[in-house]
Amino acid sequence: MERRVNYENDLNLMATELRLGLPGCGDDEPQRKTNPSIRNNKRTAPEISEVSSSESSSSITMSGSDDQDSPPPAKEQVVGWPPIRSYRKNCLQSSKRNEVEGMGMYVKVSVDGAPYLRKIDLKVYRSYPQLLKALENMFKLTIGAYSKREGYNGSDYAPTYEDKDGDWMLVGDVPWEMFISSCKRLRIMKGSEARGLGCV
Amino acid sequence: STRRSSFPDEVLERVLSLLKTHRDRSSVSLVCKDWYNAERWSRTHVFIGNCYSVSPEIVARRFPKIRSVTLKGKPRFSDFNLVPENWGADIHAWLVVFAAKYPFLEELRLKRMAISDESLEFLAVSFPNFKALSLLSCDGFSTNGLAAIATHCKNLTELDIQENGIDDKGGSWLSCFPESFTSLEVLNFANLSSDIKFDALERLVGRCKSMRVLKLNRSVSLEQLQRLLVNAPQLAELGTGSFSEELTFRQYVELESALSNCKNMHTLSGLWDAKGIYLPALYPVCTHLTFLNLSYAALRSDELAKLLAHCPRLKRLWVLDTVEDKGLEAVGLNCPLLEELRVFPADPFDEEIIHGVTEAGFVAVSFGCPRLHYVLYFCRQMTNAAVATIVQNCPDFTHFRLCIMNPGQPDYITNEPMDEAFGAVVKTCTKLQRLSVSGRLTDLTFEYIGRYAKNLETLSVAFAGSSDWGMQCVMGGCSKLRKLEIRDCPFGNAALLSGLEKYESMRSLWMSACNVTMNGCRLLAREMPRLNVEVMKEDGSDDSQADKVYVYRSIAGPRRDAPPSVLTL
Repeated sequence: MERRVNYENDLNLMATELRLGLPGCGDDEPQRKTNPSIRNNKRTAPEISEVSSSESSSSITMSGSDDQDSPPPAKEQVVGWPPIRSYRKNCLQSSKRNEVEGMGMYVKVSVDGAPYLRKIDLKVYRSYPQLLKALENMFKLTIGAYSKREGYNGSDYAPTYEDKDGDWMLVGDVPWEMFISSCKRLRIMKGSEARGLGCV
Repeated sequence: STRRSSFPDEVLERVLSLLKTHRDRSSVSLVCKDWYNAERWSRTHVFIGNCYSVSPEIVARRFPKIRSVTLKGKPRFSDFNLVPENWGADIHAWLVVFAAKYPFLEELRLKRMAISDESLEFLAVSFPNFKALSLLSCDGFSTNGLAAIATHCKNLTELDIQENGIDDKGGSWLSCFPESFTSLEVLNFANLSSDIKFDALERLVGRCKSMRVLKLNRSVSLEQLQRLLVNAPQLAELGTGSFSEELTFRQYVELESALSNCKNMHTLSGLWDAKGIYLPALYPVCTHLTFLNLSYAALRSDELAKLLAHCPRLKRLWVLDTVEDKGLEAVGLNCPLLEELRVFPADPFDEEIIHGVTEAGFVAVSFGCPRLHYVLYFCRQMTNAAVATIVQNCPDFTHFRLCIMNPGQPDYITNEPMDEAFGAVVKTCTKLQRLSVSGRLTDLTFEYIGRYAKNLETLSVAFAGSSDWGMQCVMGGCSKLRKLEIRDCPFGNAALLSGLEKYESMRSLWMSACNVTMNGCRLLAREMPRLNVEVMKEDGSDDSQADKVYVYRSIAGPRRDAPPSVLTL
């Protein structure tokens, strides 16, 4: 008679199996009180899955907002298994995110007065006019033309970006490649603040 | 009547001050009263493996001349979220005592402790001679605390921030080092993700001429790395930032040149998002590397193989399992001096993944690296035969940590439990100090451990065993056992109580999701008053079950800072 041994299952099939032979033969746990595999009351909900590890105080730039690339919820997971530190798990998740995006460059875009932010992939664009057109479409506003002397003067809106040093710069001043490599986020300024830019 | 010591105390103290390890010093202090006193007056560094085993007042009373403290707090399973928030291990009470008793404190090394920004500020202003701060796997603080350290610690030589749960509020803390500050030798901020002001970093590295360890975070680019290295060719340990931006040919050449000038470099890490095409820039450094940490660089097997061909002197290697068995074959072929290997999983939670490493990779390494004595190996399949071969090739294992990631998984070829694998490990590796087991295991594994693992000090067990007998074998046989951590095993009160005599000679015991009851714990607490028996209850669990049990010896009595979810019996 074929012996079927199923360890992942919560049913203890061994106990109810019909076999020829004296009781007590066979190599397995006669007195096992509980199944040593995953216990029901320790499972985390599937949707918590990979980010169950994030402690509130972790340095997370990746928690919360990024949902467009979260992998499908894993099969029921056990808390704290495999035994990998939260820090390492978070780093791996962040790498995966980069891979999933195909090394895209997603940056947040805020518009003064808008209720929520958007995200765009800068790698999709090849030039400033392309980017500005996309922003205009996305937010239904007009940005106007850039001039070196006057910036976006004449328009109600001015696109600005935060660079690697944390400074807010006017979009368009530097070559496109340089902009791409230093842009951390975009902010489309509105009103008097906007009209002030480019007049300095 | 006792004979008086034949030489004066000062001489004895002088001699004893040459003893460095805390174990030697503990032995010496037990010889006689004179030696106890001489030892306590000459000790400058104290190591406390469990912060609740003793109180800061007791430490200060016994050792008046401490200048360096190492403290460990939470149980190790807190790294994997098994310990409730606010569990304890707060450093502050210690700092208050140290400020009063050790105003000349120079070094503080903490592991799994809770530290607030207020504590870091207090530390920064209370100890004028403070030199070295190392935080590993701690939490509760933010970059504001680091700013306080940078601002006030004029004599700082070491700031080592590793794998902590930090609230990263931005990189401005690094700019808090004054322009006049030049003493830094070790700077590790790889843990942090936000951008730092590169100019400030460049100036800091430029003026700290004694800097030998520099570990950058991911926000530092390759181009910036090159600029730093040009001013710091003396570095012995380097953690790069991101290793992936687009470089012009000239930039690549400059980077390679800067790296090749680092003649003292023996440790390399970082390499975030490493792109294979830039790895050749590392070749000049690789020839004298002894430790290479690629555990954040998802390299393929061919990329690793090419790199390792240039690393003949490697002793320690950490990689991701993206290198697969083929990559590990390259390890075996190129690194005959290898002593330590750690293979981490790139996708630990994805059950659909079919790549990663298998038993074949581990076996390949064992054939090429006979000096291997430390291994941490995450895999999805293993066989008893493979492990037997591995330990036959490498009998000197001191640390054997095997994690078969699917809980309770048997030998995938024979479908048998993995008992014989670990049996082979403990029978062959007589120097074994640390063991982590996994896979489908019956009590037989623990019989083997109890019978053969006579030097075992640390044992980690998960989803294993058949009955109380397993744990009883370990408690009865492993005379040198100091730390035992168990989760999700069918060990109950009989098993727990079989260690009654043993727990006072151990640092701690952890048992979670086992079959221990509150009554069993109460009995233990009653019989052994010098142990602290703590139970962490989970919401919604049966009142009589002891969900998580943490038992440790202490001369400080039960602790008074336990949160409501932790019951001290």
